[in-house]
Order: sequence, then structure tokens, then C-alpha cells
Amino acid sequence: MKTFTYRTATDVAQGLEPGATFLAGGTNLVDLMKLGVATPDVLVDVNRLGLGEVGDLPGGGLRIGAGVRNSDLAADPRVRRDYPVLSEALLAGASGQLRNMATTAGNLLQRTRCRYFMDATMPCNKRRPGSGCPAREGDHRNLAILGASPSCVATHPSDMAVALAALDAVVRISGPAGERTVPVTELHRLPGDTPDRDTVLEHGELITAVDVPSLGFAARSAYRKVRDRASYAFAVGSVAAAAQITDGTVTDVRLAFGAVAHKPWRAFAAEEALRGRPATRESFRAAADAELAAAEPLRDNAFKVPLIRNLVASVLEGLA
Amino acid sequence: MTTTTDRAVGQPIERLEGQDKVRGTARYAAEYPVGDELAYAWVAQSTVARGTLTGVTVDPLVEADDVIAVLWHGNAPRLSEADDPELAVFQSDEIRYRGQALALVVARTLEAARRAAGLLVVEIDEEPHDCVLRTDHPDLYTPDKVNPAFPSETASGDVDAAFESSPTTIDVTYRTPALHNNPMEPHATTALWDGDDLVLYDSNQHPPGIAAAVGTVFDLPPERVHVITEHVGGGFGSKGSARPNAVLAAMAARVTGRPVRLALPRQALFSMVGHRTPTIQRVRLAASSDGRLTAIDHEAVEHSSRLFEFAEQTVVATRHMYAAPNRRTGHRLVRLDMPTPRWMRAPGEAPGMVALECAMDELAVALRLDPIELRVRNEPSVEPESGVPFSSRHYVECLRRGAERFGWADRDPRPRQRREGDWWIGTGVAGATYPTMAQPSTARARRLSSGDYEVSIAATDLGTGARTILTQIAADALGVPLSQVRVRIGDSTLPKASVAGGSSGSASWGWAVTGACQALRSGDPSSDEAVFDSTELVQQQEKDGKHAFGAHFAEVRVDAVTGEVRVSRLFGMYAAGRILNPRTARSQFLGGMIMGMGMALHEESVLDPAMGVWVNHDLAEYHIPSHADIESIEAEWLDEQDDQINPMGSKGVGEIGIVGSPAAILNAIWHATGVRVRDLPARLDKILPHL
Amino acid sequence: MDLVVNGVEHSLDLDPRTTLLDTLREHLGLTGSKKGCDHGQCGACTVLLDGRRVNSCLILAISQQGASVTTIEGVDHPVQQKFVEHDGFQCGYCTPGQICSAVGMLDEVAKGWPSAIGDEELTDAEIRERMSGNLCRCGAYPNMIPAIREAAGR
Repeated sequence: MKTFTYRTATDVAQGLEPGATFLAGGTNLVDLMKLGVATPDVLVDVNRLGLGEVGDLPGGGLRIGAGVRNSDLAADPRVRRDYPVLSEALLAGASGQLRNMATTAGNLLQRTRCRYFMDATMPCNKRRPGSGCPAREGDHRNLAILGASPSCVATHPSDMAVALAALDAVVRISGPAGERTVPVTELHRLPGDTPDRDTVLEHGELITAVDVPSLGFAARSAYRKVRDRASYAFAVGSVAAAAQITDGTVTDVRLAFGAVAHKPWRAFAAEEALRGRPATRESFRAAADAELAAAEPLRDNAFKVPLIRNLVASVLEGLA
Repeated sequence: MTTTTDRAVGQPIERLEGQDKVRGTARYAAEYPVGDELAYAWVAQSTVARGTLTGVTVDPLVEADDVIAVLWHGNAPRLSEADDPELAVFQSDEIRYRGQALALVVARTLEAARRAAGLLVVEIDEEPHDCVLRTDHPDLYTPDKVNPAFPSETASGDVDAAFESSPTTIDVTYRTPALHNNPMEPHATTALWDGDDLVLYDSNQHPPGIAAAVGTVFDLPPERVHVITEHVGGGFGSKGSARPNAVLAAMAARVTGRPVRLALPRQALFSMVGHRTPTIQRVRLAASSDGRLTAIDHEAVEHSSRLFEFAEQTVVATRHMYAAPNRRTGHRLVRLDMPTPRWMRAPGEAPGMVALECAMDELAVALRLDPIELRVRNEPSVEPESGVPFSSRHYVECLRRGAERFGWADRDPRPRQRREGDWWIGTGVAGATYPTMAQPSTARARRLSSGDYEVSIAATDLGTGARTILTQIAADALGVPLSQVRVRIGDSTLPKASVAGGSSGSASWGWAVTGACQALRSGDPSSDEAVFDSTELVQQQEKDGKHAFGAHFAEVRVDAVTGEVRVSRLFGMYAAGRILNPRTARSQFLGGMIMGMGMALHEESVLDPAMGVWVNHDLAEYHIPSHADIESIEAEWLDEQDDQINPMGSKGVGEIGIVGSPAAILNAIWHATGVRVRDLPARLDKILPHL
Repeated sequence: MDLVVNGVEHSLDLDPRTTLLDTLREHLGLTGSKKGCDHGQCGACTVLLDGRRVNSCLILAISQQGASVTTIEGVDHPVQQKFVEHDGFQCGYCTPGQICSAVGMLDEVAKGWPSAIGDEELTDAEIRERMSGNLCRCGAYPNMIPAIREAAGR
């Protein structure tokens, strides 16, 4: 691990000098620092900024502090009652120990688990721009089928972010230039030819909270994660869904997919295809196909297309 | 014999070191305090699979206050030649695999050592590499023998004619991936020199073997190398012989004059300490219409490294499992630019029995015969290839009793018949076998002035329960209660023990312990010490015809939505001689079965041929079973008597659980879904497209 | 920096890079917490930090000024004896982490925290899911479950 200086942040808007980065739960950053993947000169600890509360938004909805631990958020009675998809996604993510450490913002900002990114001795356009992407020809079974580029086929590993994307959550950001908000669906970028940038955050900007708007029918929502063992593994595919079904018709729906793209993948096309349709397996599968029509699987990850299609149908059937 | 004697062996005695392990006081190799001068070492590994190391440059400004030494081929002390070329660290500029140790940084702190190792400038002339195992590789050859000393090929009768004339034949190819032992404690050594004597706190399965091997490279007789191995955090074969960490730590300690600690990072275990070779196995079976095998033909293709030939005995179990008049077995090897494969739990039997026992299931389907019945019909009366009678063989009883206990009788033989909600449900069976071995060992028994006894042998307990079991054996042989016996193990200066491997520890060490205790008990009462060396007795023993057997039964459910497999029930029934300690033996069986579940469903080291490396080299990406993967699992055994094997009548229990359990799970997946996965592990993406 | 470990205050002068795990093992001589992967992928390093179970390998000690840590050496809980009785370990290397994790997990259950299983009672399936952050290569899992269940008084 490279040497760094450590200090405690005192203000959310203070920004960061070049080479500095924020430290929250550390579950991803310390991991990457040990691997030589992250090499900050300065660590600015944001754990004492008082961002650890979940509050009610005026007019409904929740404001989740950036520093709220994943386990506390998953256990929050309001989350469990009003947004079960979020609680379930958190509980499906990581282990009890990691959830006790990991924060809301840190979870959103965790980096890809692409095996080439994680090994500093390998080429990787995300870690070392211009060095190449061995995953395209090499190991990519668990990499992207949607929105990838020739330079990067990485996936975003978060479960929580998939639920937040489905819930129209909004990220609140502070920085030297002031405050701004960005929808979770727009926080993460697609790789394009600059895969080294995961998100639209500018250097020194700090996520202070995530607002989850009121969404009545989100009380009927669910998260389903598929992985290579029964627990304690990253997703190979996941679906977050909330549905409003009236008299057998889908009147409104939210859908997002995990482990399929460089970002939590909000399935707008599928939602559009479903609204006003009968709540049947056929229309659920057709909606999934509307989204997955854009999929461009690689040699070894084409299975994710039927996997996501089946998951969409199964999760929505469970909500219907 | 006294009543006391009858009590210890066979009793479910709790592990003697249990309290130390649950309170955190049991010390492992990297945990001994050795003074303030302790230095930490970190290995810099090759990032290419083949080439020549031309230079290592150290930036003197990096961790300048803390770096003590940087060792590599250009400056390392010369070592004497070892039997194992992997121990010739920094003796050559040749790079034979990605991950090979190229340099070692020794520093005052762990953080500095790691950082400096990452910043070394390593210059390499890279050459093209070849890492892919395939059946048409032009360099495939037949090794002279396979491990440890079996003929590579055997043949009898006319296999091809039998295939021509038999009404039912199958011809299938099964693939098993490279696997990594991944004991929870990574390989570690703390080394210090005491004058010209070397002290190693080392995590291994064989202290005397480590003393001899490390002694050889440093020109020391084994008695000048003191290996201390009180507790071992698992090994599963990967700590059976000295690994490079022991030599590197000793070298660094000699050069720096300080005690040096080298604990390998998890990632390095994927290249530096061994793996199970991938295999490609073709099995052909021919049978008469009444389900009698007329021919068995089993060939395995596997790899070794450029450094030396390690030939896994993959098809050896096929030589004694079933009767058939015409038989052929063989191994083909190719040397690739890969790390050297080593022993991993049930080397040979574990991958070999996947192919054989799945093929038997496929044959049963082709014959429309119950898979248990097929196996029963092909039970041999003597060992089929050697002609030697079995010292004991209760395979059929394991199948029958296991079937009863598991509830096999009402099974619908047709696949894809049982569905509950989204789950396809099915059951499968497979046989298990493991050779019963013993190796020469020596033990010493002493009567102490307190009236208690001390029994010493340089064995190790890597979680097998050896410390406890040897105490039970000693107590019975001495005719005293357990509380009067103290067993000392885990130290190379104690009487010489064989390796904790091949499921032979209890048999080998127990034999020596029994001998020493009986000699003390029956010898001259004025003598307070007796030593017993089992070498002669062990060497006189007939080696063939001695095996443990078992049967594994699995019930799986396969999610029709996702292709995910869950093992609802896993059951093992064993005939493994006398069970010395039911508590620890059951744990050994279950542990083997769980590793077998990992082999069936989760575990694979994923090769990137272009990079020449297994890319999933950590515990997040190399999946071993987690708590949540284990549902109902149980092991039982028959009360098997065998007086031809060793004084205890015991067979090994450490490995048989991984033999056949993967096949039982794969066969159950077929029964649940109709999908025959012949390429392990049975990941969801191999099943889902066919559901 | 100051750290309270098993009720004892320590004043430490550490490299900022030093993890809590390495602080315990290399600076305080508390080697009961194990290093199995050093990346939060195995759970062998689990300790209780201000009462909550965490992976000490992923925590920089310097960020824990004033925190209270309980390691296996400071745990005295019925689950330990139950592990011995049920043979809930073989090699013992994952054991301290399993036990610290179990202690923290039972506290989470007492607080009413949910798991991915969603059972109302602390069923075996619940214990398995909640303990899945602790790997055991020996496969002692089936023996740990009754040990934990009984320690929880069920």
C-alpha cells in the first residue's frame, strides 16, 4: 500500500486536493489500496461528518445519510415497510460484517469486480487508460451485456444501487462549487472510451445523502439476486422491481437490473412496454425482451439474457 | 486388556486443543513472538508465464527507513540442489510460470515490505507461453509412472473387441478444472537462525519432511533444522512438502541476521503452493444386457509444469472399483508454462471418480437399470487388476444401507419428473473409495515421575483430530485413562513421523504409538522409556487390496428460473475400518463431502490463456461453499473389522468424503433436470439454457 | 492514537497504513484474530468494533481513534464451549472469526435486524445465511449451526 496522509474531514464542502480521496466504510477502498489499484496520497475520513441518519423527507420519502451503514439501512423500519426492495438488496449484498462497515455512498461508489481491474499486474483501461481490455477475449463470464464499449465491459457490483435506481432515488452532492443533485440512474456513466471514470462526480465532490422519493406502490417491491453460491458472492444477475397492478393490469412499474452493465441498469424500455399491459408472464417476458433487445453479449455471458428475462418474469409474478 | 483400555478408542472424545482454538490462544506459524528484531518479508512474483529475468532494480528512496534487504537471483546466496526444483528459489534466471517468486523484500514493517515489493522494477525478457490443456496437444506423453508409484497405463483382455460385441456402450468425456486447496491459513513461515541451526515456525503437514528438505538446500542435516508446527490452519495436501515460503524465510533470515516472517498473501497461494491439475477424462463402458460390465476404458489427460513432472493418479481408482474382463486405463501428461500441480485432497480419486461414477450413472440410464443395482452387479470378488483379495470391502453394504437411510427405494428413475414450485428435484448416487495406507513412523513413550505418560511423535494435527486420536490410542495401549497421557506432536525434533497425507496419519502414527506404548508397558519395569519404529512391519505389509469404500447420496433442487443448484440433502455411508473417534471422524467425512460439493458446484480456477494466469485468484472469486450452501448433510458408517491393515484396524477418513460426492450431486442434477453436466463445476449458466 | 482492546487502553504510534488486524496481531500480540485473505473475503479476522462485528482487515487502525475493540481473547460466551462440544471446527483457523461473528450476529438478531432469509424465528437457515461471511475450508459448518443455535438458547 502506498503511503498516505490521513486527516478527518470537518466540512462537507471542503473539497479535496489533487491525489486525495474520501474514506468512508473502507470496505472497498482499503481493499483496492492493498492491491495497488487505488493509490491515494491523502485520505480524508468522512465518518465523523454526521451523515449517519435516516430522515423523513417533507411530503414523504426518505433522506438517507451518505454515512448510514448498510446494515442499519436494511434494518430501518421505514425502509422495510415502504421500500422492501431496498432492504432486500442490502441484505443480499456482502456479509453481515461488511454491511456493518459499508456506507450508503460508499456502496454506490464501489468499483467493478472485473478480475483484470482488481489485479494491478494486468492491463485494464479502467485502471490504466490505454493499456487495453483483456476481458473481451479473456474472462468475462460475469461482465456486461448492456452498454459496454470496446474499451471496457466491466459491471457495477452493487446490489443496493440497483434498488435505488429502480426507486428514482436522487443523490445529493456537496463540493467547493456548491450543492447539486443527480438521479442515481445518472450517477454512474457508461464506459465509452473513458472507462476510468465510473461516475459523473467531480474530484472533491462528496455525496452527502440519497433521497428516496415517496412511491406508494414501492411497498410492493422485491429484489432477487442470483449468484454462484447461496450467499456471500457478487451477483451474476439481479432484478429490482416495484409494481402497481390494478385489476390484472400493470398500471405502473419500476425495474432495474444488476450485474449486467457498467451502471445499475434502469430498464426504462421494459417499464414502458409493461405499462397498461396485463400482468401475465407473457407480458413480463415481452417487457424484459424489450430491454434486452439491446444486449450485446460476449462469448461467455450470453446466459445473462435468459437469466434476466426469467428473473423479471419471476419477480413480477411474485408481486402480482 | 483392562476396562480402561476398552474405553478410549472409539469414544467421541472432544478435541484436546479445543479450548485453545475457541479462545484464540492456539498459535499458528506466523504468530510466535520472536523478539523486536523481527523483520517481515514480501514476495515479488512474475507477471509473465515464461521468460528470463534480467534485472531487479530497487529504488533506494522507497520505504528507505525500513527496507533491510532485497533478494533475487542476482544477489541471493547459492543453495544446494533440492529434490523439488520449486525450492531452488532465486537460483536461476528462468521464469517458468506466472506467479513464480522473483524477489523478496525484507523490511522492518509489513507495510513497508509489501509496498517496496510492489515498486521493484523487474526486467524480464518475455517469451511466448503455452498454458492450455487440450486432448490434441502435440506434447502429450505417457509418464513412466503416476503418483506415487503406480504404472501409468494398465491393460488386460481385449477392450476394443468387447466394445464391438457388447449391446450397451457409452463413451463420454468429463472435464474437471484446476482447483486450489485454499486452506484458511495461508502458507507461512517464521524463520530464525540460532548459530548455524535453523528454527522454522512453519505451517505444514510434515515437520520432519520440511526439516530434511530445507536442510538439504542449506547444507544442514535434518537434525539441525528445528521445525515447529503446533497448529496448522488446514492444508488439504498443499502443505505436504516444503513450499518456497520456508526456504525464502530461512534465506532472508540468514542474509539479514534477523528473524523473518513470511506469510503468503491469499493471492500467492494460487501460484506458489500447488493446485489440483485440470483433467480431461474419457470413459468408455461396455455392458451386457443384464448389466455386467464387459469393458472399462478410462484415460485422463492432465498437466504438469515445466519445472518437473507431477503426474496425478487420476484413473487409479478405476483399477479396483468394478469387475470387468476387459480393461484399460491410462494417463497422458503435458508440461505447460503453469505452476506445478500438487496434492489436493484425494489426489487422483477425487477427479477420477467424478468421471467413472457419472459414467456409471449414464450407463445405468442406458441399461434402464437402477444405478445402485448396476454397481452391485459389478462387484468384484478380488481386486480386479492385481488379483489380490481385499482385506475388507463393504461397498455393496454401503450402497444398500445408504439407500435405506437416504430413502432411495421409491425413486422414479426417469429424469425431470419432480417439480415443487420453481424447483426441479432429483436424487443421485455415487460410489466412494480411498486406499488404506500406512507409512513408517517412530514414536517414543515415557513414564514420567508423576506417574503420567508422555508420548512423542513428529506428527501434525491440521484439523484432523490427530492429537486427540493419538492420545486415545496411547491410553489404550498403555492401559491408562486419557488424563494420564500427554501426546507431543508438531515438532521435527520428536521421533520421526510420516506426512499427514494420504489419509494415513492415524494408521501410520497410531501404529508407532501403539508399538512404543506396548513396549513400555510390557518391557523392563525399570526402564521409563520405549521407542518403536514401525518401518519393518509396514514394509512387510501387502500393499494391494486395501481400501476404504463408501456411497454418497445427494438430493438437489434446481431453480427452473435461474439454473441455480442447491443441495437439499447430502448423505455418506462409509466402510472405513474401525472408527477411532466418532466425533472427529464424522467431521472429517462431512468436511470431505462439503469440499466435494464445492467441486461439483462452485470451485474452478479460471484460466486466461493469453495472460497465463488463473484470474479468479482470491476468495471472493474462487468460490468455496459458504454456510448457506450447506443444508441437510450427514455421514454414517458401518462397523467394519479389518485385522490386516494396522494394529488399530483403522482406515483413513480424511479424504474419502470428497471421492464420489461430486458425482452424486451431478447425477442428481441430471435426475432433477435431464441436463447432464460433464464439465465441472455445474454452474447455473451450464444448466439454465437447457431447462 | 488510542484504542481500547478487550477493555485495556492502548496508546499506539502506527503507520497510517496499518490495518486494525495487523495492529492486533503484530503490535499488540493478539494473534487470535486471523488473517485468511486480508480482503474481507473470508471473515477470519472478524472482531467486535464498538459492539458490532466487522472485518478488521479492511479497517485502518488510524481511523478508529478512541474505539473499543473486542477480539476473541476478550470474548467469554457460551458459544465457545458449544463449539467444542459440537466439534464446530477442525483446523481452528477460522474459529475465532466464526465465534466473534456469532456473538455479533446474535446481538443483531436480538435487535430485530432482518436477514435475506426473512424467517421470523432464528431457524437454522437464518443462522446459515447470517454466518455466511465466515468461510470454513474444513467444512465444519454443519457442526457450528447447532452450537450457535444452542448458545442462543434455542
